Amino acid sequence: MSLLEIKNLHVSVDNHEILKGIDLAVNAGEVHSIMGPNGSGKSTLAQVLARREAYEVTAGEILYNGKDLLAMKAEDAACEGVFLAFQYPVEIPGIGNAYFMRSALNAIRKYHGLDEMDAMDFLPLFREKLKLLEMDEKLLNRSVNEGFSGGEKKRNEILQMALLEPKLAVLDETDSGLDIDALRIVAKGVNTLRGPERAMIVVTHYQRLLNYIVPDFVHVLVNGRIVRSGGPELALELEETGYAVPA
Amino acid sequence: MIAATEQLGTYLESFTEFQKRAAGRDLPWLRELRESAFARFCEVGFPTTHDEDWRFTNVSAIAKTPFELARDAKVSKREVEQFGVDGPGCHLIFVNGRFARELSSIGQLPAGVSVNSLGEELSANSSDVESHLGRYLNIQRDVFSALNTAFAEDGAYVHVRRGVVLTDPIYLLFISTTSDKPVMTHPRNLIVVGDEAQATIVEDYVSIGETPAFSNTATELVAGENAVVSHYMVEREHRQAFNISTLRIQQGRSANVSSHSVLFGGGLVRNNVHPVLAGEGGECLINGLFIGNGRQHLDNYMLVEHASPHCASRQFYNGILDDHAHGVFHGRIIVHKDAQKTDAKQTNRNLLLSDDARIDTKPQLEIYADDVKCTHGATIGQIEENALFYLRSRGIDEIAARKLLLLAFANECLDRMAEGGAREHVEKLIHVHLLQIANSVTRLPGATVGVDAGRNLEEIG
Ligand SMILES: Nc1ncnc2c1ncn2[C@@H]1O[C@H](COP(=O)(O)OP(=O)(O)OP(=O)(O)O)[C@@H](O)[C@H]1O
Ligand SMILES: [Mg+2]
Repeated sequence: MSLLEIKNLHVSVDNHEILKGIDLAVNAGEVHSIMGPNGSGKSTLAQVLARREAYEVTAGEILYNGKDLLAMKAEDAACEGVFLAFQYPVEIPGIGNAYFMRSALNAIRKYHGLDEMDAMDFLPLFREKLKLLEMDEKLLNRSVNEGFSGGEKKRNEILQMALLEPKLAVLDETDSGLDIDALRIVAKGVNTLRGPERAMIVVTHYQRLLNYIVPDFVHVLVNGRIVRSGGPELALELEETGYAVPA
Repeated sequence: MIAATEQLGTYLESFTEFQKRAAGRDLPWLRELRESAFARFCEVGFPTTHDEDWRFTNVSAIAKTPFELARDAKVSKREVEQFGVDGPGCHLIFVNGRFARELSSIGQLPAGVSVNSLGEELSANSSDVESHLGRYLNIQRDVFSALNTAFAEDGAYVHVRRGVVLTDPIYLLFISTTSDKPVMTHPRNLIVVGDEAQATIVEDYVSIGETPAFSNTATELVAGENAVVSHYMVEREHRQAFNISTLRIQQGRSANVSSHSVLFGGGLVRNNVHPVLAGEGGECLINGLFIGNGRQHLDNYMLVEHASPHCASRQFYNGILDDHAHGVFHGRIIVHKDAQKTDAKQTNRNLLLSDDARIDTKPQLEIYADDVKCTHGATIGQIEENALFYLRSRGIDEIAARKLLLLAFANECLDRMAEGGAREHVEKLIHVHLLQIANSVTRLPGATVGVDAGRNLEEIG
């Protein structure tokens, strides 16, 4: 059984159909890359996986770990191990980064019947992840993403992922806007989490990222449908030819 | 203004009785003060919404109700404990407006500090009280101050003399109890902080039981040269309560006063804060948080008078309104002719959690000097769906996420309070209250209600 099984997924926003029948199976241990032109529905798919309610699923189903993902609320999906690194991470003034992350970690621990972690135990863990992502300690108590640079925001997403250790990580254009050094750091963060029990879906426009995070499969999403699938070589080919659907 | 005092007879009866038995009834200056105040009240009556200062707040429910003066009542120590006024510092407990010595703990005070009930000071004919009481509140302009002055008899008297730094707060807890008839109290506080002295005062209004009650409170706060004073006003009475409060601040040269108002209880609430920056170089922070739901009406009225040059005033009010709650922010700033180099700022931010909640926000600047800086701004918003989803996508349940976002908004106000017992006290109250609000605004069908009051919220922000 696959970790994630998407079958004939149709999704609308404001009565406008965006995903028009997606089929995708992702096994534990695999990394899938989704590429495609602007507006093709990549983020929509990512947000549906993270259970954003504004996206209306009109047909199809998603099985995650054998469970009906579409029946889950966002927080339950997260507690079950789904993580989305946002294309546009949200700024939340007034809530400290460390506090936010500890609340999240504790919510997930609680869900699994584990004891909550106090600040004393949490801080060393948080510091370790800051180091992994080569982030400034100052970001510890700054408000979530507030006043962060674009690169800092993206690294903060991966830091959260490293802390929460999801089973299924969906990275939505985490590489966009990163310089090559930041890209390497982010990729290092992602690669430390790669493992046989974890799966990843990496949404990107650029094959550049895939030099660092080598996918097992590449899918091309155009106009709400997956039009091609292949191995890592497909990304290279796309770099040459663009997303044109072959005749 | 029309004399909208339908219940004049009841007030007259109460006042006649009161003059016969009130503390200090034999002091001519006090008798005269009370009588002139009562006369003023009879003359003008309660305001109507035609009155510019009362445009958004209709007090006809107060005017219509035959309130009698609240009677003395017994409250046990245990009943007082539930209100959590137990930090280090002085605790003065008032029951139905009257000082309850057996429930209070004044403790060891440094030399140069007097803390007592105003009633006892009046009975002892204190010259200090005579030289301050009624000198600052304007009973001509404000009829509720007039009414309070007419019935002024008890409350707190605090005098921190020159150079004394009082680190622990002085808590004033006002408890109103149940009664078979609608009752009123008129607590009156006099706080004098001398030159270069420092003090923190917390006024906290609570109730036991849920019968209609009208708390009409007034505080005169005098801050001497270079004095540093923090004043907290907490309104958390039940929903049948009417609470009209007035804080009149008189600031000397380079005095630094902070007023923090936290309103979340009461049915109809009006909080007046009226600082007069009378000496050069004074600074005044007027910080407020109001949280309403149900049909609560919470009105914040500020009158900031810049009467001297080089003074700075800051008004920051955040409102959170749910259900049919109605909030008002009316910030009036008067810059007198000689108050050059005034720097006045006013900001009101609001979160409306339901379509039926309402905020009226009104800046009113009257500037008679020519070299001044005055700014004002107001915002109205909702809980951001994006932020809510972001938190939830990390595993935080919807109620906890809402609470976090509300708390983040409330934190803007908390962050302006100096560290210490007073801030911790209001912080605790706000956390508990916001959790209730977060619970009640989850209207999604089938949403689970998880209570998570035990979470440690210290590191927020
Ligand atoms: N709330 C919305 N209302 C209406 N249309 C929407 C809404 N959100 C997204 N869309 C539309 O859905 C389509 C898919 O958007 P989506 O964000 O999923 O694309 P994407 O593949 O992630 O694009 P990009 O590469 O630019 O990030 C776009 O045409 C977009 O305009
Ligand atoms: Mg996108």
